[in-house]
Amino acid sequence: MEKTLILFTHPALEKSKVHRALKEGVENLEGVTFHDLYEEYPDFYIDVQREQALLLEHSKIIWQHPLYWYSVPALMKEWIDVVLQHGWAYGSDGTVLEGKTVKSVISTGGSEKAYCPQGHNYYPVEEFLRPLERTAVLCRMEYLEPMIFYGAFQLDGDALSSAVDRYRKYLQTS
Amino acid sequence: MAFESLFVSAFVYLLTAVICVPLAKRLGLSSVLGYLVAGFVIGPFVLGLVGEEGADVMHFAEFGVVLMLFLIGLELRPALLWRLRGPILGLGGAQVGITMVAIGAIGMSFGLGWQVALAVGMALALSSTAIVLQSLQEKNLTKSSGGQSAFSVLLFQDIAVIPMLAVFPMLATLAPAVSNDHRVEEVGPVQDWLAHQPGWMATLLVFAAVIFIILAGKYLFQPILNIVAKTRVRETFVALALLLVIGIALLMSMLGVSPALGTFLAGVVLADSQYRHELEADLEPFKGLLLGVFFISVGASIDFSLIAAKPNLVAALVVGLMVLKAAILFGLGTLTKLLLDQRMLFSLSLAQGGEFAFVLLGFGVAEGVVGGEVAQMLIASVALSMVLTPLVLILEEKVIRPRFGTRESDDREPDPMEEDAPVILAGFGRFGNFVGRLLRSQKIEMTVIDSDPDHVDFLRRIGIKAFYGDVNRHDLLEAAGAYKAKILIITLSNQEDTDSLIETAQKHFPHLKLMVRALERPHQYKTLEAGVDYCIHQHAGSATELGKAALVLLGVRAHRAERVTKAFRKHDLESVRLAAKKTHKDKKAYISHVRERLNDMERQFEEDQQDRQTPIDQAWDTQSVKNDILKK
Ligand SMILES: Cc1cc2nc3c(=O)[nH]c(=O)nc-3n(C[C@H](O)[C@H](O)[C@H](O)COP(=O)(O)O)c2cc1C
Repeated sequence: MEKTLILFTHPALEKSKVHRALKEGVENLEGVTFHDLYEEYPDFYIDVQREQALLLEHSKIIWQHPLYWYSVPALMKEWIDVVLQHGWAYGSDGTVLEGKTVKSVISTGGSEKAYCPQGHNYYPVEEFLRPLERTAVLCRMEYLEPMIFYGAFQLDGDALSSAVDRYRKYLQTS
Repeated sequence: MAFESLFVSAFVYLLTAVICVPLAKRLGLSSVLGYLVAGFVIGPFVLGLVGEEGADVMHFAEFGVVLMLFLIGLELRPALLWRLRGPILGLGGAQVGITMVAIGAIGMSFGLGWQVALAVGMALALSSTAIVLQSLQEKNLTKSSGGQSAFSVLLFQDIAVIPMLAVFPMLATLAPAVSNDHRVEEVGPVQDWLAHQPGWMATLLVFAAVIFIILAGKYLFQPILNIVAKTRVRETFVALALLLVIGIALLMSMLGVSPALGTFLAGVVLADSQYRHELEADLEPFKGLLLGVFFISVGASIDFSLIAAKPNLVAALVVGLMVLKAAILFGLGTLTKLLLDQRMLFSLSLAQGGEFAFVLLGFGVAEGVVGGEVAQMLIASVALSMVLTPLVLILEEKVIRPRFGTRESDDREPDPMEEDAPVILAGFGRFGNFVGRLLRSQKIEMTVIDSDPDHVDFLRRIGIKAFYGDVNRHDLLEAAGAYKAKILIITLSNQEDTDSLIETAQKHFPHLKLMVRALERPHQYKTLEAGVDYCIHQHAGSATELGKAALVLLGVRAHRAERVTKAFRKHDLESVRLAAKKTHKDKKAYISHVRERLNDMERQFEEDQQDRQTPIDQAWDTQSVKNDILKK
């Protein structure tokens, strides 16, 4: 079975609801490496070699995080900046990531309706994920359709458990 | 000399020095001149406070010159000395040779026999190491190119005395005088034995002595210094330092070699040693004092009855000697392409006769080379020329130099004799070693001073410039390059030492940025109050790191632990700063303030516990967003 690497970034998991539930639901699944970046690198000093080795060991990469200011949490950005080095991840010699897949698993405070031309975020979420999509593609990886959990503030009880299930199922079947 | 009379002379000498030197300095003159005038004042012709024993004192005080050369040697690493070999042999050789021949020729034209003329030429070709170096040092000119050239010439002269003393007896034309000169009188069994050996034997012995000093410097002095340093009894170390110098001086004079040269050599051998700065700092006051006494005795020894009897002749001799020497030096300076102002300095500073002239002329009289009257006259002239030197140098500084546009720029080139690392690290123990290793990992040059010989040994073995010494002495700091360094990091484990080092540094080296390890809370207040640039409680870093790790082990998210620890450190530092301002002014206010801050801290801690929101860390909080949504 192909192995999945979940690169998880949430700066304040102690305050989180959605991602805490998601994390608990998937972190012990077989074939899944749950890699909690804020826990590993609380001072932002990322071990680049270790991160690159982890990438090489897995064929399916997941970027899991809440949407913050239409973008990624700061450490995720730092991770992209320092780990995806030229000549390794991209560039004419950077071919090691070729053929891997990347999928964003994100939660948003805004509802699905807010992410359309009539809503106050105007664009669908995918538009805001363009930078991530291009990053993956530049590194010769395939950027899969993202899994989005809208309306995170209102996501409770059954709705939250079914969200966790959706995520689990995806990981077990893909 | 009886005990009491020794004290009386010491009292007279010291008193005059204490009066005359500050006076000279006040008037903008050099201390050398102050001493010389002081000697003249207490000498037989004015107050008559010193008389016959003046010569004894001078002989004793010549040890100051010996010490000075040892110290100069300490500053000259063998490699540097090797680089100076050109100027020493070339410039020095030319100066001595040409001056000797010129003076000899003039002497012959006045009817002296060639032997006498040559002997006089030799004696007068030499300059006064003591006066020149002391004056240059005082004016901070030792490292200027003119000063360096002067130093090279002086070094050659010190070497040249040896063969001169050796050929003197061969120039004898008169019957050897029945000597009343103490120096030659005291002929020990060794000298006696030596005198009956063939020339090559003496030469061989001199070589053997030189090799002995070089080897002993490496394999004998170094281990002994090690052992004594470990006892950490300061005065034993001072005693050992003096013992070394005196021992070498004795050995050399027994072999008929200039003791100054021997100690100079020992100094050079020890220049690479970690004890170099400590030796320097320990011997410096002895040297200063003895040189002072030496200058006083030179002043006191001037025979004014002789001068009064033939004033014109003496004046002609003094002026002629100085003009001739200066002219030859000026020519040499031109040949070696010294800039005009440096050439002036070089030629005027070396234009006098020196203490070696006293020795050689005295010896010459004893051996029947020079007649007593001629020698007396020359000695008086030499002494006068020595007195005139500081005056000539003042003239040079105040009148001549400002007229020339070719001044050497003030920011002199980096000086190879001194340490020039940007960082001085005082204390390389449990704390300092982290600092040192971190800086070194970034290839930052530093000079380490530590009072533990084992630390120093270890550091030197791994190639770090480390020196043994008591960091609290400003002379040692200076030797460690405090004038050139940018920051002084104080990581001592002793509070008093730390405090006094801060004080010393602020007083003498105000340009230095001070970074200090505080040993405890009140010490940190005190240190901050003193106005240092950076101060950290010695446990602030490691203790809070451990606290943070504990939080993580207890299940707190690492990133949160990181942030609360940072917040805690910042809060802590603020409270220290506030407290520091109050500490010394008002003890009571300080106590209530501490209590207040403590309450404050408690409050913060409590708030930190409540719910998941903390006033310390509101980042990534979505409660108010939720409330907003609920309102709709
Ligand atoms: C700093 C910050 C920025 C945010 N920016 C956005 C945003 O741009 N768009 C959005 O829909 N939600 C935004 N949110 C809401 C988060 O996406 C939401 O709180 C998160 O998905 C909830 O997941 P959690 O319960 O695991 O923390 C933001 C939240 C924070 C704290």
